[in-house]
Amino acid sequence: MTVINLKVNGKKISKEISDSILLSDFLREKLSLTGTHVGCDTSQCGACVVHLNGNSVKSCTTLAADCDNSEITTIEGLSNNGKMHPMQEAFKKNHGLQCGFCTPGMVMSAVDLLKKNKNPNEKEIRDWLEGNICRCTGYQGIVEAVKDAASKV
Amino acid sequence: MKNFNFKSAASTKEASKLASGRATFLAGGMSLIPALKLRLAAYSDLINIKNIKGLSGIKVSSKSIKIGATTTHAEVASSKEVGKSIPSLSILADGIGDPQVRNRGTIGGSIANNDPAADYPSACLALNATIHTAKRKIPADKFFKGMFETELKKGELIEAIEFEVPEKSSYVKYPNPASRYAVVGVYVAKFNKEVRVSVTGAGNSVFRSKELETVLSSNFSAVAIDNVNISSKGLNSDIHASAEYRAHLIKVMTRKAVSSC
Repeated sequence: MTVINLKVNGKKISKEISDSILLSDFLREKLSLTGTHVGCDTSQCGACVVHLNGNSVKSCTTLAADCDNSEITTIEGLSNNGKMHPMQEAFKKNHGLQCGFCTPGMVMSAVDLLKKNKNPNEKEIRDWLEGNICRCTGYQGIVEAVKDAASKV
Repeated sequence: MKNFNFKSAASTKEASKLASGRATFLAGGMSLIPALKLRLAAYSDLINIKNIKGLSGIKVSSKSIKIGATTTHAEVASSKEVGKSIPSLSILADGIGDPQVRNRGTIGGSIANNDPAADYPSACLALNATIHTAKRKIPADKFFKGMFETELKKGELIEAIEFEVPEKSSYVKYPNPASRYAVVGVYVAKFNKEVRVSVTGAGNSVFRSKELETVLSSNFSAVAIDNVNISSKGLNSDIHASAEYRAHLIKVMTRKAVSSC
């Protein structure tokens, strides 16, 4: 067991955890932040993407113990006073989701893209979302949503 | 995943000291954590090396680029200095896995793991790299021993990888459409006195192609390799590609790499 101190969605947290618990399990089971989804659990599908010190990472392939003294943002931390983040609004408006399972990871990944590239073209969006798999939409609505959000963020 | 102890090292000395018994180093964990989950590997202790000062960063000189072991693929891909000095190395780093893997995965981890289809080992061989560990300097030609096997001894930690700056170079891979790992990847580097060609994904470990190097040394052009015979003997054969197809891809990727140099 080990104690970690970190910030999750702006809130300071100190918890005793098992050394081998994954960040995804820590968020879901210890902090009840179930917006972060676990799809494949093999770092391929991207449903578990969160931000670690501002960069998108796959939380199913990150150890919680490795996040001591860091800042985590999950999908729950994107909205502001109940108002959706522009990326979330854009996904809703452009039919960027159907079943919604991949959506938290898609949104977190796309928000990271716009931090690094304010005005990505379609190829850059598709390349960036390579680590996020959606089995419903065929990606068209997702790409449109990212373009739409880019014009507003 | 079997339980393990997580320890953080503050110095390379401490890291090597902690790495006794059934312990191993943890950098980005992009290969290690999946291996632990699949129970392909199990360790008593994971020694985190990301907090060690001086292990991360890029130093560029006119003759070489030295990259610290815990530098991430994203940092290499976005480095303007690397892009200017060895553009092919930037392109390679930008093509590893996906953005989340690149945000976390490190060059030292990739090389220490020596996956037969990893990208970085090919850069090490083609760019005549030197692998700096806490104890010694290992030439890339002696570093990669076989499938997931390297020259590293137990507890020996990679500190940096130093690449020679070539006159021109290019890396082209045929990625598996799902995993993005190279079915075959070829790195071509032209130096003043020699041409080096390395191949990843095709065999049980990265290797240099002497046939291609000989031909390209006397005539550095895509047509020069038309008559080279690449044997499929000993190449990988699996559901993704037969050994014969991989042998064919080596020529195709080399042709593309030379053309884009």
